[in-house]
Amino acid sequence: MEQAVLSHSFLSIFLIFVSAAFTDNILLARFLGMCSVLGVSNRVDTSLGLGAAVTFVTTVTAALNYGIYYYLLVPLNLEYLRLITFIVLIAAAVQLIEMIMERVSERLYFALGIFLPLITVNCAILGISLFMLNKPYGFLQTLAFGAGGGFGWFLAITLISGIREKIDETKLPSGLAGPGITLIIIGIMALAFVGFSGMIKI
Amino acid sequence: MSDSAGTILLRDVWNDNPVFRQVLGICSALAVTNLLANTLFMCAGVTIVTAMSNLTISLLRNYIPKRIRMIVQVLIIASFVMMVDIVIRAVAPDIHRFIGPYVGLIITNCIIMGRAEGFASQNRPLPSFVDGLASGIGYSMILIAIALVREPMGFGTVLGVVLPAREIWWHQWTIMVMPPGAFFMLGVITWFARNRLEKSTATEAK
Repeated sequence: MEQAVLSHSFLSIFLIFVSAAFTDNILLARFLGMCSVLGVSNRVDTSLGLGAAVTFVTTVTAALNYGIYYYLLVPLNLEYLRLITFIVLIAAAVQLIEMIMERVSERLYFALGIFLPLITVNCAILGISLFMLNKPYGFLQTLAFGAGGGFGWFLAITLISGIREKIDETKLPSGLAGPGITLIIIGIMALAFVGFSGMIKI
Repeated sequence: MSDSAGTILLRDVWNDNPVFRQVLGICSALAVTNLLANTLFMCAGVTIVTAMSNLTISLLRNYIPKRIRMIVQVLIIASFVMMVDIVIRAVAPDIHRFIGPYVGLIITNCIIMGRAEGFASQNRPLPSFVDGLASGIGYSMILIAIALVREPMGFGTVLGVVLPAREIWWHQWTIMVMPPGAFFMLGVITWFARNRLEKSTATEAK
């Protein structure tokens, strides 16, 4: 009996991860984190760095915000303060992660270092924390949701930058180069990701 | 700054339009434009927050220490967003259910941070207020244009009113209300507007 409950909860955590990454992709279905995508996605190696940093930060901040919201704000009836709390918490977490990383792993710090300040204003991070409130998730499920959302963003920005590297070498009609063509590429990619929808129902 | 209100207005609404020229604030531009009613609420919210936070930051610009100005600006913006969020929830609870998370995301909307940092922190209150208002209007213009294409094509309605064509011959394009439609529309609008801008600067140069 216990075994069944355990495997069931493991399955649900796995499903939440997959659905956050594919069917509900934070970039292609929820439109979040577009600014950094349009700005940074012209090279694959930068995208890999930023994607990894975002995945890490979404996981940590989703867990932190979950704790603060359900154990501090809800008991005190201060739900309306959630926006300010979340953004301050995210900024503080990013700062803290940066400092810890500098001490613990020099290599990781230099690989992700320049991207970390950018992340504070990345709407994908705040977005994941806000969408999490609409869902009846427990702590582990929230962790999976944060990690899945970050991973989906990582996947999308890497794919887009791969295509953009090739596109930048071709000649385009006037006005289309830059954000115009990138948006149309993302549109085609979103069309492909729509194909995933309906695969998982939670 | 000696720019008059009119110059600021024209510059922010068209020549330096936040959406297609500076490519800022895209996230919400895509998410809320499948229904015109949602779009209007979002536009009003963004315009109010940009104008008011610009005004406040400009009034306080000499008292904010340089080193911590980012966090102070974020807190000012967050307070205004919170007010807008509460007002929308009270006035239109149905709409708030759809656009709620995106209203919260106005905080990280790059337009507002950009105007606060780039204009309000160096200018007097009145021009800053006009600048914020104009940026908001420039943003709203594009959003309403996108919504006016997506809603009729996707649902066959405008503001929830069924268009006569839907009954007779129009087959609704579901793609327009889904995410890909938003990306295509914004891509095409950016293309068109940038093309016009490039041509006008080319003729001025001659």
